Amino acid sequence: MIAGVGVVFLLISVLTVAGALAAALLRNLVHCALSLTVTFAGLALLYLQLDAQFAGFAQILVYIGAVAILVAFAILLTRGAGAPEYRNFSSSWFAGLSIAAAVFALLAWAVTKSLPVRVPAETAPAVTVQSIGAALMSSYVLPLEIVAVLLTVALIGAVIVAMPEAKATKPLPEKAGGK
Amino acid sequence: MTPLAAFLIVAALVFAIGLAIALTRRNAILVLIGIELMLNAANLNLIAFWRFGPHSSGTGDGLTGMMFAIFSIAVAAAEAAVGLGLVIAYHRHAKTTDLDAMTRMKG
Repeated sequence: MIAGVGVVFLLISVLTVAGALAAALLRNLVHCALSLTVTFAGLALLYLQLDAQFAGFAQILVYIGAVAILVAFAILLTRGAGAPEYRNFSSSWFAGLSIAAAVFALLAWAVTKSLPVRVPAETAPAVTVQSIGAALMSSYVLPLEIVAVLLTVALIGAVIVAMPEAKATKPLPEKAGGK
Repeated sequence: MTPLAAFLIVAALVFAIGLAIALTRRNAILVLIGIELMLNAANLNLIAFWRFGPHSSGTGDGLTGMMFAIFSIAVAAAEAAVGLGLVIAYHRHAKTTDLDAMTRMKG
């Protein structure tokens, strides 16, 4: 047992990492999206473990409620369900895996070798949703407005990009079909 | 191992898995999933440092790390919407989501 962390943390971490690994390894894209949802839920539980209730519930609402559904719809709209017609992994999978393993080794080395933060007190920060809302409306109001504009522009842009194109004025030269 | 280090190790693991997905899978939607995982790992780092750092001392209101994570979640949602919209548009055009077959975006 690792000192300093609880059983609950270990269980949630194993769930999160297992979901991510399943998303990396499964063949069926719908299964990948579902295991991605498990990972998002595990991360939300980790946020709750960290006394960040607002971030945890925002994670559930935004990621499980919106992003996972969006991914599932994209998979179904592109007919990705079922076994794919091409191989799952790129031909340079070994190089990619090596790079990922090297990045993890570097991060883990840095985390374990660094000096621990001198924690002032083991008390949870007293942050309520009310104080977050007040801060969003006072000292963080400019970032909030910028994010609002960014979200509006991004969603309108996404709809416009994904919309069926208007009928072409001239017939397109015959293009190579699918694969 | 301090609790902060344990959370950072988990975040590093999720980041590495996301990077592996983005580098090795051939489906464009799965590459977007890998990018989402990497962003989530960064969010976990932000909230862990907010929780275990000196959050209440200093001049701030103790909310900076939390606010950073919340704005990061919002930007990640916008990124997912635009990325998936592009994949759907490309699929309508070329009938494939295979990244090895995506060699041009011009009609």
